[in-house]
Amino acid sequence: MSAVLFFIAAIGALAGAIGVVAIRNPFYSVLALVCHLIALAALFLLLRAEFVAAGQVVVYAGAVMVLYVFVVAYIGGADEPLHRPGGALKVLAPLFGLAVAIELCIAMLGTVLKGVSTDGAPYVPGFGTPAHIGALFLTTYLFPFEIASLLLLVAAVGAVMLARRRRGLEPDEVVAPRAAVPRAAFTGTMAEAAGFRAGPGTTTEPEKQTEPIGAQTSPPAGVGSARDRSEGGW
Amino acid sequence: MAIGWYLTVSALIFCIGAVGVILRPNPLVILLCLELMLNAGNLALVAFSRMWGHEDGQVFALIVMVVAACEVTVGLGLIVAIYRRRLPINVDDLSELHG
Repeated sequence: MSAVLFFIAAIGALAGAIGVVAIRNPFYSVLALVCHLIALAALFLLLRAEFVAAGQVVVYAGAVMVLYVFVVAYIGGADEPLHRPGGALKVLAPLFGLAVAIELCIAMLGTVLKGVSTDGAPYVPGFGTPAHIGALFLTTYLFPFEIASLLLLVAAVGAVMLARRRRGLEPDEVVAPRAAVPRAAFTGTMAEAAGFRAGPGTTTEPEKQTEPIGAQTSPPAGVGSARDRSEGGW
Repeated sequence: MAIGWYLTVSALIFCIGAVGVILRPNPLVILLCLELMLNAGNLALVAFSRMWGHEDGQVFALIVMVVAACEVTVGLGLIVAIYRRRLPINVDDLSELHG
């Protein structure tokens, strides 16, 4: 039973991994990675690492992949060539991968670790539960735990700094200037009324500001006085 | 199943990820392949943790997941910044630091 589950999960993980590399559309690559992660969580369950498997599904397949999907949807995932045009890398990369695979297999076959060919240490109840892992995190591995939290903070701040809209680095979008039509007094915003901002109807002469109320009833022949009254204000 | 099987799967996933990093021109897919390689390392860590009967490997698998999440955030921030500057999202065209 365990062997059947292992082979199903392993084939799923390998197929997902190949799909990430071999699918042209980045959006489907992300979905293949989600399949890969879920199959890998099944492998973790077979290795009695329940907490890591849950974290894998919740954090990785849930949160991180949603981030990927958002970015792919933002930049537009179009079909693209699988490899770089006109390079020897197309031939060299699979050769390199094969060489690394053979080397790793040789290292594993020639190992002196006796446990590699066994099913692992005898299972004790409570192995891999959140209680044990939390105790390890807060006692033996307290320093890596704190470093990880600091790293998360730095990454969050760095991502905000990177993705923020900066002036000067990118071509400014042309903002259509608002029509500077004369506007009647007492029709502007509160900021204009309080004198923080010069409204389009007020000019620099002080006598314009102390205009009698009659100016409101007879607005100048501006084009957009009615529009301004409807959209301006509070 | 013997631990060696898990290690074999881990090695294969690592190699697939390495090939993808070399082959694909899109930085988004390169980040995905980096995730593959990190997950292969995670699988090996958890397998060795099972082999020795200690949870230390699982603790470090969790730390690796944290590091991977940080790397994804910064990498995706870089990609969004590249996209905002209307630059091509292709690592072969982004060669200003080439020397």
